Amino acid sequence: MVLNSIEKLLEKYDNGETTIKEEQQLKAYFAQEEVAPHLESYKTMFQYFNTTKQEDLYTKDVPLKTKKSHIYQWISVAALLVLSLGIFTTQFGEDKLTYSQLTLQEQKDYDQAVEVFNLIGSKFEQGESNMAAFGLMSNKLSEGAEKFEPVAEFSKATNKILKSKKKKTKTSKN
Amino acid sequence: MTQTDFTKLVLPFKDKVFRLAKRLLVSREEAEDATQEILLKLWKNKQKIAEYKNLEAFSMTMTKNFCLDRLKSKQAQNLKIVHSNYEENNTSLEKQVEARDSVDWVSKIIEELPEQQKIILQLRDIEEYDFDEIAKVVDMNPTAIRVALSRARKTIREKLTNTHRYGIK
Repeated sequence: MVLNSIEKLLEKYDNGETTIKEEQQLKAYFAQEEVAPHLESYKTMFQYFNTTKQEDLYTKDVPLKTKKSHIYQWISVAALLVLSLGIFTTQFGEDKLTYSQLTLQEQKDYDQAVEVFNLIGSKFEQGESNMAAFGLMSNKLSEGAEKFEPVAEFSKATNKILKSKKKKTKTSKN
Repeated sequence: MTQTDFTKLVLPFKDKVFRLAKRLLVSREEAEDATQEILLKLWKNKQKIAEYKNLEAFSMTMTKNFCLDRLKSKQAQNLKIVHSNYEENNTSLEKQVEARDSVDWVSKIIEELPEQQKIILQLRDIEEYDFDEIAKVVDMNPTAIRVALSRARKTIREKLTNTHRYGIK
């Protein structure tokens, strides 16, 4: 390459106006053994740029940990949470379901269950009214028992008479 | 995303991340730590990686921010030992040797540039990014980037010509 054009490029280079292609031309030019003495400082610069790029390499290994074990731990925690939440909602949260949300089959089952409960309920009421009659009877019974009290007084008196009679018969025999 | 998928995705630019980190943090060990940190951060967010339009530019921005934070916390934590702290006034033999090895000298000169210029020069002259990509990483407009780049290039060459002429910095 003509020295003249190189010098022009260098001027542009110093002002930060060269393109990457032009800079590559310069690098290639200064990579050769001999350059004009007044361009010696440029040669040092471009040589340095070339060598650092080739020699300064990152050769260490980076320990890339896949954090699977951690993820599994968290999954188990999440699973436990979901499970307990599920149990909780089935235990306490069922009444939140409205009738309209059920499927047809479920609605049928629900209706049947309600009917059965109603039946049991009505029988229970009947039984209860029967029990009321017993209550009345026991009332009457205690009333009757009170009325027996004078009769008991009678029996006392007759016992006394009987005793004295026995005594009389004993003494007459003697 | 499996580990091999991730490695394939990251492979094209992991060296660039490392070089940028090294440019800013200087020490090789520090740069390796930073690179590992960046790659692990990407791996942690691997679900989101598909959403990024330009993963490389994103990673470079992350690297830049990470390293600048690192430098800031270091300066706050302990006294930073810079060359000026123990520089001798007369030219030592060591320096003359260094000056002769001028390719190494370039990296020392870049070390003294302001952080912003370091990043831009690194991305342009070593990684050959175009100005739009650099704009994404440093969050500056292309004109400002050109100016910073021009300053950095001129400073390096000035210091290099001085070295050549006098054999000292």
